[in-house]
Amino acid sequence: MTTVDPDFAASAAREARRERLFTRINTADKWFNVLGLSWVTPILRAAAGDNPQAQVKEIWRLLAIPLLAIAAFLLLWGTLAPKVQTSLGAVPGPAQVWEQAVFLHEDARAKGAQKADFDAKVAQLNERLIAQGKEPKERAFTGAPTYYQQIWTSIKTVFFGFLIATAVAVPLGIAAGLSKTANAALNPLIQIFKPVSPLAWLPIVTMIVSAVYVTQDGWFAKSFLISAITVTLCSLWPTLINTALGVASIDKDLVNVSKVLKMNTWTKITKLVLPSALPLIFTGLRLSLGVGWMVLIAAEMLAQNPGLGKFVWDEFQNGSSQSLAKIMVAVFTIGIIGFLLDRLMYAIQSMFTFSNNR
Amino acid sequence: MKNLLLALTTTTAMVSPALAEMLELEKDELTFGFIKLTDMAPLAVAYEQGYFLDEGLFVTLEAQANWKVLLDGVIDGQLDGAHMLAGQPLAATIGYGTEAHIITPFSMDLNGNGITVSNEVWEKMLPHIPKMDDGRPQHPISAAALAPVVEEFRNQGKPFNMGMVFPVSTHNYELRYWLAAGGLNPGFYSPENVTGQIGADVFLSVTPPPQMPATLEAGTIYGYCVGEPWNQQAVFKGIGVPVITDYQLWKNNPEKVFGITAEFAEQYPNTTLAVTKALIRAAIWLDENDNANRPEAVEILSRPEYVGADYEVIANSMTGTFEFEKGDKREIPDFNVFFRYNATYPFYSDAIWYLTQMRRWGQIAEAKPDSWYDEVARKVYKPEIYLEAARLLVDEGLANEADFPWDSDGYKAPTPAADIIDGIPYDGRSPNAYLESLPIGLKGEQIVVGNEVQG
Repeated sequence: MTTVDPDFAASAAREARRERLFTRINTADKWFNVLGLSWVTPILRAAAGDNPQAQVKEIWRLLAIPLLAIAAFLLLWGTLAPKVQTSLGAVPGPAQVWEQAVFLHEDARAKGAQKADFDAKVAQLNERLIAQGKEPKERAFTGAPTYYQQIWTSIKTVFFGFLIATAVAVPLGIAAGLSKTANAALNPLIQIFKPVSPLAWLPIVTMIVSAVYVTQDGWFAKSFLISAITVTLCSLWPTLINTALGVASIDKDLVNVSKVLKMNTWTKITKLVLPSALPLIFTGLRLSLGVGWMVLIAAEMLAQNPGLGKFVWDEFQNGSSQSLAKIMVAVFTIGIIGFLLDRLMYAIQSMFTFSNNR
Repeated sequence: MKNLLLALTTTTAMVSPALAEMLELEKDELTFGFIKLTDMAPLAVAYEQGYFLDEGLFVTLEAQANWKVLLDGVIDGQLDGAHMLAGQPLAATIGYGTEAHIITPFSMDLNGNGITVSNEVWEKMLPHIPKMDDGRPQHPISAAALAPVVEEFRNQGKPFNMGMVFPVSTHNYELRYWLAAGGLNPGFYSPENVTGQIGADVFLSVTPPPQMPATLEAGTIYGYCVGEPWNQQAVFKGIGVPVITDYQLWKNNPEKVFGITAEFAEQYPNTTLAVTKALIRAAIWLDENDNANRPEAVEILSRPEYVGADYEVIANSMTGTFEFEKGDKREIPDFNVFFRYNATYPFYSDAIWYLTQMRRWGQIAEAKPDSWYDEVARKVYKPEIYLEAARLLVDEGLANEADFPWDSDGYKAPTPAADIIDGIPYDGRSPNAYLESLPIGLKGEQIVVGNEVQG
């Protein structure tokens, strides 16, 4: 074409812009998937002017159906719950649970006021100390933790336990994957210890930590170590097994190449084994973190170690008329955090691995 | 004149803490354990009213899952001290169960427990209970009314199970006392068999206090003995009926103590004194002006971090009443005593009563001379620390000189027969003679061998 049609140029430019926009949306789609927000993509596409009918279908499937399912669940819960009479009154419905969630939030703010009160008293104490010529003291608030603090404690504990588990499981898994002998040695131990419940580990861990960790002012609280180590013991198996599997199933050609190149073991592991086993290692890590989170709550409940588990147990023991609703708030919190942890691992996995093997 | 005096005391009370020389504390960050029961109130009050802070103590209070966990926490140092069953420091010190030297400078309260049976058992007991003119059952109710029910269960081949909170708990001994007073044998312990069910008519087992109502509801046990609010909780939930309180069983009987390890008291003497001071102040606050502060105390206890039960449930027993059957609320002004009648002074005679019960049911397997009882009591109960703390408080104008038994030799006047349900008086100075006077239980040189009492 010789003549430059201005219209055509404009439309071409528009076409190109649209193309770019769709490429961007497609890239973003990967991240929406990772975050569990895949329903955003069709909305964006529709907004960008894609075939509306196809997008509406997608939106229906990805957004409307889950929302409807949640609504149906709430409706069913709301109608059935009041029909079950416990000795503490009817089982709370969604409305009461929401009320308690709000109450817990307000309680956290009220604790802020208590803290201010505490600080004022400490200031008073310090005035007296100074008046008597002694050193003033500064101390953190010693009151009961808020709901948010309990959540934060649990998250810290699970990650600490999970990191130890990873540090133990990945090297062992690599050893088991590379060497048949190591595998034969580890296999029976894995088979026996994998199914052991956290509640069985807990007393052993408690006794050992109490005996070994005798310092009173170390880095960690004993209760923190006990919870974290119980998490470690239960959550290291999926990583261990998947790492071993991933390492063992490396392409034989690659192994041969490494022999030809006379790679030493360290280079072989870092350049060859790890990259190709990474997808399976991450699958293992994701499973491990999920297991760890479940285990942690059980351990906290039994051992009364600070965290969400203790919150649940305390409420069960309180037996007040709001206890059941508060426990349900905790159940949802535990579920949502478990979901977020999984998404987090999935996101990290997507960043580190290139294969589709997830 | 009276008003002037009152005004004077309040102003001195307000001014004095600022003037008082503070103790040189060896350790000022402390963690204390407690079980969700209303008698942990002195700890919560000392914290909430700022009495701990007044002494320069930074205290964290932590609810514990059960008495075993709590005791282990104190022994291994995770907890600096705890609200304890009076039997725990004694049993630990003589090496029954876990061995450790635990002492107490402060007794936490008098009374505060009850015995509850399930609705089904209550229905069966009712025909055997004498009625008052208005048709309500006459109190105190003897376990003799329970005996036919136990008999009925036995004829059907069903064991009659009841719950208590710990093998060396006040509740175990009170429940046993009540059953034995009514002619029912609660069973013996022996060194080989620590279930405590040797030769038992009624089988007692351990359940942590807050789980009592749930366990009763599940039908695992037919009744239990526990501290408040777990008897009133059963009434509120409509799952059981308290039949007797320990006040009716033995008027003003000693209850919980505050326990610390002997090492702690040795290493941190000033801290121990400061803690005792704060606790005495809390006890005074709980009882002062004829229990005027109780509603506020109930509000504190109903917070989820302390006892956490509903306000009404806790208030039921804390404010001078006790509800038996639903609607049958009776006045028991001394149901929970925290300071009156020298409630906080750790009397040797109280310790000795617990030791006699351990001997009575075979937890102490062999006979001991009277002097042994006195020795153990002196090892565990420390009135000297208590009086030192009280002296400091009196000097600071925070307590009344007249409220403390300065000249006591540690032995309460013998409990008269009228104050105990079976009419057997108790004198802590002669434990062996007391054991002889009890109808069911080991006495003299008797020991339990296999399933039999010998000697």
